Amino acid sequence: MKKQISSPPLQDEQLISSFGIQRRNMLKFFGASAAVVALGSACNKNNDYVDPNTDKGVFLGAGDFQILNFAYALEQLEAAFYTQVVASAGFNSMSVLEKTYMMDIKDHEVSHREFFKAALGSNAIKGLTPNFAAVDFTSRGGILAQAKAFEDTGVSAYNGAGQYIVDVNYLLAAGKIVSVEARHAALIRDLISNGTFADDLDANALDISKPPTAIVDIANAFLTADSQISKRGLPA
Amino acid sequence: MNLQNIFSEIEKVDADVYDRLDTRRSAMKEFAKFTGKAALASMPLVLGSMFKKAYGQTPTDVLATLQFALTLEYLEGKFYQIGVAGPGVQANSGAAGLAALTKIRDHEAQHVAFLKSVISSLGATPTPEPKFDFTGGKGSNMGPFLGWEANYDVFLAMSQAFEDTGVRAYKGAAGTLINNKVVLTAALNIHSVEARHASHVRQMRRARGLATGSPAYVGDIKPWINLNESNIGAGFQAAVQPSYNGEELTVQNGINIAQVGGVSNVAASASFDEPLSRAAVLMIVDPFIVP
Repeated sequence: MKKQISSPPLQDEQLISSFGIQRRNMLKFFGASAAVVALGSACNKNNDYVDPNTDKGVFLGAGDFQILNFAYALEQLEAAFYTQVVASAGFNSMSVLEKTYMMDIKDHEVSHREFFKAALGSNAIKGLTPNFAAVDFTSRGGILAQAKAFEDTGVSAYNGAGQYIVDVNYLLAAGKIVSVEARHAALIRDLISNGTFADDLDANALDISKPPTAIVDIANAFLTADSQISKRGLPA
Repeated sequence: MNLQNIFSEIEKVDADVYDRLDTRRSAMKEFAKFTGKAALASMPLVLGSMFKKAYGQTPTDVLATLQFALTLEYLEGKFYQIGVAGPGVQANSGAAGLAALTKIRDHEAQHVAFLKSVISSLGATPTPEPKFDFTGGKGSNMGPFLGWEANYDVFLAMSQAFEDTGVRAYKGAAGTLINNKVVLTAALNIHSVEARHASHVRQMRRARGLATGSPAYVGDIKPWINLNESNIGAGFQAAVQPSYNGEELTVQNGINIAQVGGVSNVAASASFDEPLSRAAVLMIVDPFIVP
């Protein structure tokens, strides 16, 4: 906590007084802002500072573009995963209905990816190169286990990042997508074990969101060295 | 998150923080009292309520959204409470179906309790639970869903429509919470659970439709919503259609999804769930509430 909240110059105070705002209320206002800053700083005790001069990762940008690029990166990963799924040996061992589901989900993830790409325009990060070496595409079980991880991660990522979106239209767009990811997540879980569609909730039956930096750690494990996402400026 | 850390950080920038919270000691005591009964996950909200006490009121639109959400959760909670114990579910759902519906019932009850505690912690009184008429007759008990407790197919159709509507309602309300990060995140974390429920109920309906051939099941029922199709028939289609109108969108923020994604219009529409305004949701649930 380096930022100091100093008393406003007298001039400003007179100005405020002339609008009839009491000094006491003004102090309340400053106090409240300070508390919000302090709360953020207390939560981010272990925030991931990245030096922009040495940062070699893919920089997501700032403001809403940062969060949109964050989502774009995840959707790139999911779309690449399902594109590989529907061409895999494991896919061929699935039932007709399961194959339909995989193809549908692939279309949804490609739609999400292309939506963000178009919405970001020249602010979009580059196309990322996935590294799925750790994924078993040869069996139904291997595919579904990885699909579950990606879908649940997607839900927790959107839920955790929503609070950092400033433009209400982007918040709505993220909301439109996250419920589809949750529908996917529930289905994949049920395909692995029927009835487990919502089994990892908190004590109040809420999904458990994750901060963007934690999601980046998960995503980077599935990206090549030159596609690692930088956490520079990302909320922790 | 370290509580002591939070307080010491605040103390640095606002020496009066303990005056605002009475004293440090009472602040900690109050916190302990809250966490004694509240689950760990609601800790940020408890903190939020303490800061609200110190620094001012929660905006009325945030509270209005929470009360609106509570009303929907009351509706879902009571629907499953009665329905899961009813003859339709008990005779027809099978072990896996009964377990899933019981799980959903419990989640909705938890959401009710959670929202009530959040509203209370923000210094407001939770809106009381209305009386419901699940026949959709607005208190006449003679509405289009008459006999729903005994007819499993009608129950499942209503379950799907309520869950899909719930998803749309939370989505439509999220914008009103954009300035309250804690409440927004909690609402998003409920929103996605409703979507998980909807996904599962839709899978149950698909299986049941194939097994029975009942006219209550129409078309290719998927865990997601294709175009504006309810997949609900047997005379109930008109009653549930307002929950699906508008879901057929294939253009998002001016971007033609089918075009940029190279996918069908069906896939483009299913890729994005659409919001409903509070007014639209209230119109949908109005027949189920006894005035």
